[in-house]
Amino acid sequence: MADFTGVDFLELEDLHYSDEECLARDAVRGWVSKEFMPRIQEHVRQDGSFPMELVPQMAELGLFGANLRGYGCAGMNNVAYGLVMQELERGDSGLRSFASVQGSLCMYPIHAYGSDEQKEKWLPEMAAGRVIGCFGLTEPDFGSYVSGMATRAEHRSHGVWVLNGTKRWITNGTVAQLAIIWAVTDEGVRGFLVETDRPGFEARDLKGKFSLRASVTSELFLQDVEVPDENRLPGAQGLGGPLGCLNQARYGIAWGAVGAAMACSDEVLQYTKDRIVQGGPLAGKQLTQQKLVFMLTEITKAQLLCLHVGRHKDAGTLHHTMVSMAKRNNVDVALQIARKARDLLGANGIVDDYQAMRHMVNLETVRTYEGTHDVHMLILGEHITGMRAI
Amino acid sequence: MKVLVCLKQVPHSDARLDIRDDGAWIKDDGVKFEINSYDTYALEQALRVKDAGEAEVVVVSIGPDRVTQALRTALGMGADRAVHVNDPEAEGSDPLGVAKILAAVAAEESPDLILTGFMSEDGNFAAVPPMVARLQGIPSATAVVQCEISDSSVRVERELEGGAMEVVDLEMPCLIALQTGANQVRYASLKGIMQAKKKPVDAKTVADLGLAGQVGASAVKVVIEKIYRPDKGEGAEMLEGSTGEVVSQLVGKIKELGLL
Ligand SMILES: Cc1cc2nc3c(=O)[nH]c(=O)nc-3n(C[C@H](O)[C@H](O)[C@H](O)COP(=O)(O)OP(=O)(O)OC[C@H]3O[C@@H](n4cnc5c(N)ncnc54)[C@H](O)[C@@H]3O)c2cc1C
Repeated sequence: MADFTGVDFLELEDLHYSDEECLARDAVRGWVSKEFMPRIQEHVRQDGSFPMELVPQMAELGLFGANLRGYGCAGMNNVAYGLVMQELERGDSGLRSFASVQGSLCMYPIHAYGSDEQKEKWLPEMAAGRVIGCFGLTEPDFGSYVSGMATRAEHRSHGVWVLNGTKRWITNGTVAQLAIIWAVTDEGVRGFLVETDRPGFEARDLKGKFSLRASVTSELFLQDVEVPDENRLPGAQGLGGPLGCLNQARYGIAWGAVGAAMACSDEVLQYTKDRIVQGGPLAGKQLTQQKLVFMLTEITKAQLLCLHVGRHKDAGTLHHTMVSMAKRNNVDVALQIARKARDLLGANGIVDDYQAMRHMVNLETVRTYEGTHDVHMLILGEHITGMRAI
Repeated sequence: MKVLVCLKQVPHSDARLDIRDDGAWIKDDGVKFEINSYDTYALEQALRVKDAGEAEVVVVSIGPDRVTQALRTALGMGADRAVHVNDPEAEGSDPLGVAKILAAVAAEESPDLILTGFMSEDGNFAAVPPMVARLQGIPSATAVVQCEISDSSVRVERELEGGAMEVVDLEMPCLIALQTGANQVRYASLKGIMQAKKKPVDAKTVADLGLAGQVGASAVKVVIEKIYRPDKGEGAEMLEGSTGEVVSQLVGKIKELGLL
């Protein structure tokens, strides 16, 4: 099959993206096509396996913490970073998740809330992919309702904290060397850097996923895990800490969804041009064109949302509700596009030689994590009315 | 050591190409371009020299504004500096014209080593590299699949007809034209792309290089008369049967033709 071509209906490339943004996108696009795409099918067939052999290459490319400055990170602007996330998710949501968790959920909090010693110790290793991180916020009984968190950290007198609790749905839990664990303390919610080889820490993989199969999802059990006070993130107190991380990751997801949508539309456009029904290409039928036009239009609108939100983020004028709108809208349209693409592929659409169904089921996860579709609606609802409905 | 790498931007291998109305070349508006893949082997080889020790890697390309992207990619991969010969007067050059321009850049840069791809995927002449070497009066080797570069000389392995290999030693300065398969080419990293923003790209015109009137469409000695897609020929033979049968018939045919 011909190489992937992105959508650029409004010719944003020439007028609205810098050279460096386009180069970053193209470098990652090329890598995904050559190194990742040939591997994805096999990993999806296995339950919950990520092509870990690609981690050194991902690090070499600078995919971990690409929008962070210093400590071996690329220091790109947020639009370039977004385009990178778009290209990764064009490959698979599991690939983008790996980079999001490492960069936005694990490196970002150390960068933003960590001590100088914590930054020096962990960030270069994480940028180099030698240390993989996981982010433990969600629990078996509390997802959207983070304030319900039951994991506790007790401060012992001699500068030691003791952590107890269970975290579930944790991406990369069993492959991580470092877990960022959010726990309730007497001073509110705090974040702890927990090396996963500490006594009392255990991670187990969750099996049987229909969605995000090329990604490791785990459950973490913490039983009297002791960590020194120097492992506490000094700059994060209260729920603002984890929510700040989620805002970074959600921003990347808004772009990533565009990648998944473009993968589906690109595939189905080629397919419908070649597929002959009743003497002519499927692409020549009105009903097909209606679906293809929907895809083109929604991808284009999603791109504009991303681009504008990204420029706000770079200018320091971003409001978190903008990210909510972009994540919510873009994942939603990507999912609709994936479904329509799956439909147009007919029976071929249900086998893994084609991508649409893989993206479609992945996007069910993406719709749920990092603030569900409805939670983002309620955030926006509160923004409009001033009335909190969550 | 200073290494000069000659890069050409060619239509992407997946690009859909249409023939220009005058029939003499393809339409290149709206076509996606990439670095000629043989040239990426040359660049990778140069970057390995740099990885192994002290070396300055300079990349040069001839072409319009779009070529900037190829040069920026090369800088993102790790090249130090770029020369961009961007001049409408250079357009339409034949291989000799291109070679004159590259040789003039080489004369200004005086590199110890010039690395090129052994041919461009669009023009397919494979003529430019030896001409550059001749114009510069330096030794060259083409169809190189492997090279060992030391301080003052290069040992190369060349592929000959019929699968034989040849080992050749060249004194520097020299030119090496690499063939496919030489190297696993690195990607431009995000960090490299950020650093590339600060790396210099020198724009040059044909006149800057002292070649006014000597290159470009008006100076060609090789004229492309037309390009065309051959008509579908007669005599295609369809093999029938199960997959196994078809394969054994096919192998039989290939042997019959002495291709195996
Ligand atoms: C593959 C995968 C990977 C993940 N990776 C991570 C990770 O690395 N780290 C991590 O911490 N978490 C991770 N998560 C967890 C994810 O963030 C949560 O699943 C998400 O926050 C939703 O929580 P929940 O599953 O408990 O659903 P719930 O919160 O129980 O939501 C269920 C439904 O109720 C709705 N709902 C919830 N609250 C309200 C309300 N107030 N009003 C109206 N409707 C409401 C939701 O919109 C949803 O439709 C991952 C999840 C998946 C599936």
